[in-house]
Amino acid sequence: MSGAPCAGANLDSQEQDLLKTFYLGIVLGIAAAAALIYVYPVVDQHREPSLISVLPNGGNSESFYIRLPGDRIMAGVAGSTESTPPALEWPEHDFLANMQTELFKVRNEKGVVIGAASRMSGTSEQHGSFVEWVVHLPARGSMFVTMAANPSPDGYREGRLRAGTREFLTLNGAMVERFVNEVDDSDSDDMGQIELVTAFVGLAEELK
Amino acid sequence: MKYLISLLVGMVIGVVVFVLLLYYNPFAGNPSVSPLAVSELDLADFSYSLVARDSIAYTNDGESRMQPHPAKVLQLWEPAVKKTRALVTVLTDSRGQPAGLGVKFSSDSETTRLINAEVLVDSVWHIYSPEYGTFFVDQTENLWPYLHDIVVPARMSGGDSWRGSWYRITSVGPGALGIARVKGGSGDFADTEAEAIESITASAYSAITGPAAMTGNLTIAIPRQE
Repeated sequence: MSGAPCAGANLDSQEQDLLKTFYLGIVLGIAAAAALIYVYPVVDQHREPSLISVLPNGGNSESFYIRLPGDRIMAGVAGSTESTPPALEWPEHDFLANMQTELFKVRNEKGVVIGAASRMSGTSEQHGSFVEWVVHLPARGSMFVTMAANPSPDGYREGRLRAGTREFLTLNGAMVERFVNEVDDSDSDDMGQIELVTAFVGLAEELK
Repeated sequence: MKYLISLLVGMVIGVVVFVLLLYYNPFAGNPSVSPLAVSELDLADFSYSLVARDSIAYTNDGESRMQPHPAKVLQLWEPAVKKTRALVTVLTDSRGQPAGLGVKFSSDSETTRLINAEVLVDSVWHIYSPEYGTFFVDQTENLWPYLHDIVVPARMSGGDSWRGSWYRITSVGPGALGIARVKGGSGDFADTEAEAIESITASAYSAITGPAAMTGNLTIAIPRQE
């Protein structure tokens, strides 16, 4: 009989230790979950190495390619009988009568898809003629480039970077657009490709 | 052994408590009053449907709830664009009349931090408006309230759907007060800078097919002409 209270006290002490361990577990669980969610990136965009060449002024030049027709996601032209993609219903609003909107996948020099782009062109009495690109590279940012309305006699069209995001936010410079008929791969169905060559310079380089 | 079990059970409960705290974080949420509401500039309202079949074209990786539209549109399945959506849509004005054409690219943002109740998306708009010319809109959107209030309840509901009346501003940057950045391209506002806010108004969502009755609204503060 004399050992009973002592056994009870031991049991209480064990229970208390178990409870303390349980509470410690809760704190550790919260801390571990918080640490995991803080350290582990929820979103990790796939990156291809930027294939950039350095210009004499310290800026950089990069080329992007769009294979036609394979990389054309959408082509919206008023009155067109053939649509891309099939079954596209291009709205017949008056304000879209003189404009064209296209959506493309964009590749780097190695031919790897690294982004998407939209090209809008058109003419309106109020705003004149315009040709514009928005190139969206998910891992790097976007650039908004307005092009000359008319191409040069050599078939080039030059444009200026108007705005950029993230990697392109502080850059200034130009972009050249041209259509290249030659296709390296003879087995390919490609009709050619659009080449976009950028020459951008950062504010620091510009000040030098 | 029983101490180890006690520790493990405690840790599991700790993780559950953390997830619940995260989900029911009372400090989370986007503002529902637009910072542009006090602007003295003229505001241009552009609305569009977030239902894919109402758009001209919508594409994603092809594995998401929202199916690309039209059915045979190229999908963005390549690794570098897999977390990107592209939408081409007619924009309507506040009277519901066609007022422009918009192309929107949205990519999951690497700056997403669930611990801050942030599910961020980097999105850009390329807009043509016959009235104003062309615009480029750059913004970061926080879709946490959208996921918290609509998507999760829809998935937990027996009918796999959500119905209600919901409005939130999704823009959270890059400008101060969560304002989006706008740059004019051509037309009267060529090269001018402006501000914008995007919001979502939702009334129905399906956990199987995505938005069922949902409208996006882009409000641009039009700069005054000199």
